[in-house]
Amino acid sequence: MAELKYYIIRRILTFLPTLIGLTLITFVVSMLVPGNPARLWAGGIKASPEVIEAVKKRYHLDEPLYMQYYYYLRNLLRGDLGVSPLTHRPVITDIMSYFPATVELAIFAELLVILMGIPLGIISALKRDSVIDHAVRVFSLIGVSVPVFWLGLMLQWLFYYYLGWLPAGGRGPAPPRIYTKLYVLDSLLCGRWDLFWSNVAHIILPAFTLAYIGVGMVARVTRSSVLDVLSSDFVIFLNVKGLSRLSVLRHVIKNALVPIVTILGLEFGGLLGGAVITETIFFWPGIGRYAVQGINSLDFPAIMGVTVLIGLIYIIVNLAVDLLYAVIDPRVRL
Amino acid sequence: MRGGDEILRIEGLCVYFYTYAGVVRAVEDLNLTIYRGETFALVGETGCGKSVTMRAVLRLVPPPGRIVKGRIIFDGVDLLKLPEKEMRKIRGSKISMVFQDPNTALDPLYTAGYQTTETILAHRKVSKKSAWQRALELFKVVEIPEPKRRLRAYPHELSGGMKQRVVTSIALSLNPKLLIADEPTTALDVTIQAQILELLRDLQRKYGVTLVMITHNMGVVADMADRVAVMYAGSVVEVADVYELFGNPLHPYTKGLLRAIPSLTSRNERLQSIPGTVPNMIRPPPGCKFHPRCEYAMDVCKRERPRMIDMGKGHLVACHLYS
Repeated sequence: MAELKYYIIRRILTFLPTLIGLTLITFVVSMLVPGNPARLWAGGIKASPEVIEAVKKRYHLDEPLYMQYYYYLRNLLRGDLGVSPLTHRPVITDIMSYFPATVELAIFAELLVILMGIPLGIISALKRDSVIDHAVRVFSLIGVSVPVFWLGLMLQWLFYYYLGWLPAGGRGPAPPRIYTKLYVLDSLLCGRWDLFWSNVAHIILPAFTLAYIGVGMVARVTRSSVLDVLSSDFVIFLNVKGLSRLSVLRHVIKNALVPIVTILGLEFGGLLGGAVITETIFFWPGIGRYAVQGINSLDFPAIMGVTVLIGLIYIIVNLAVDLLYAVIDPRVRL
Repeated sequence: MRGGDEILRIEGLCVYFYTYAGVVRAVEDLNLTIYRGETFALVGETGCGKSVTMRAVLRLVPPPGRIVKGRIIFDGVDLLKLPEKEMRKIRGSKISMVFQDPNTALDPLYTAGYQTTETILAHRKVSKKSAWQRALELFKVVEIPEPKRRLRAYPHELSGGMKQRVVTSIALSLNPKLLIADEPTTALDVTIQAQILELLRDLQRKYGVTLVMITHNMGVVADMADRVAVMYAGSVVEVADVYELFGNPLHPYTKGLLRAIPSLTSRNERLQSIPGTVPNMIRPPPGCKFHPRCEYAMDVCKRERPRMIDMGKGHLVACHLYS
């Protein structure tokens, strides 16, 4: 177990340089943006030179680049991502109000990916070349190849317009008391089943739209990974030992898990960052829509804030994946 | 001869592999009897079907292989007629197996102790604690140094010889009546090989387990076996007591095999090899499968499959020379 502890410490130490790299790149990109931010933030062409000077001083725009980077880092650590010239509110406030909706959507989508992708992949591998295997293959291929916007629109047409079973879009009703900002969970915590079902009904279509690519990928990776393990010698020995089918399967799945966890981690990052299209189709008030608004109106603090946030989450998820590897596979801990 | 008290009898076993290239007749009409308590060696070249035969005994022939015909009577029961669930009860507890490469035989994600106890727990209704106790005893029996610490070790933390000891302890954990060792030393260093063979011999004596060694190493055969069966291209061609076989080999293939052993006493002699190669198992030669390589081949060898002939003292040979 000591090995595991050292591994975790080592891995967390490498986390820091990655973080610095992320902020550095975001900072440099923001510097490359054409235009005069001081003038823009002071009110545009009509701004008087005095005001522009004042803005420059206030935001340290007159100091050398490395000092600006220092201030940027310092503000970042304080959670200060600047003020959006569009909404005139701190970017962090905006993000905090949009982000939970995206997190909720991504968690739901990730659950779908795990609960559908892995079992489909396992069944596919165990029933290799059967009708089920071929069906899963086709289902996965469709998932990987269908454009998200088309899938979203079709699902909307089918379940809202044609069948009338589910709402067309938007987030569900807010529960009376907010604990986690995740409405589905909060409805449960308030004991309001009506709100819970309504929120599930709202989230299920966008979550599936977002998840389908991942379901297909995870099913394919799981299938090949399980097949790979099934052909290894130790599986024969497990059978020689006279273990039950279920016990053998447990060994096989644990061994097949490493590549699956990799995909799941990347997928979750992608779900957060890639929610833009889905959120737009389903009027989901999440960070993706905020980013689109920001891009359309050249709201640089907002764009940078979202970039840093998603980058940060990517890094954290990768860290979590690496730690999971070590928990699964003792050889990684060395 | 121990006579009469047989533990395993294989009758007319056929195992075919259904590949894209055609049906590979890996084992064809194989007959074999193994007696209780003996050490029996199954020898032959790579690909002659010796491993597949013993895998068939456990009913673990890898796909696309299938047991097509035959009877495998173990302790009075035809294993090929048992439902899969009953077969699982026999595997590991009554018949067990040790593999060629200990480096790949263990699950890398679980400790040596876990993999031993899970075998015990799969077959016996005992507490986890007593299963671990038993695992510790087993590790002592197979002479693993620092057994307590080794129980908690992962396979990658153990050497090859140590892993083979762990595999052996797992195979022995439920006192099986029959232990199959499939080239148990091939993947190990020479010094470790001797240790593992020594260990198997000790365990065989101590527990009276019937040991079937699959090997292509005649030195191992001479060292370990009571009786020997020589396989060629999916069938047994000769069975005899080990002294009888080395002293009076009858089948031309056996003679060839023995001539191919390097010896320390005859110095300036070139090693002899058997001319030709192992036949195509999809379309094996008609008659005796060895006839294209046999220096004594006659006309009848090309037409008829030789039957097993008893030459006395339990010496069986399948060759037209003796009919």
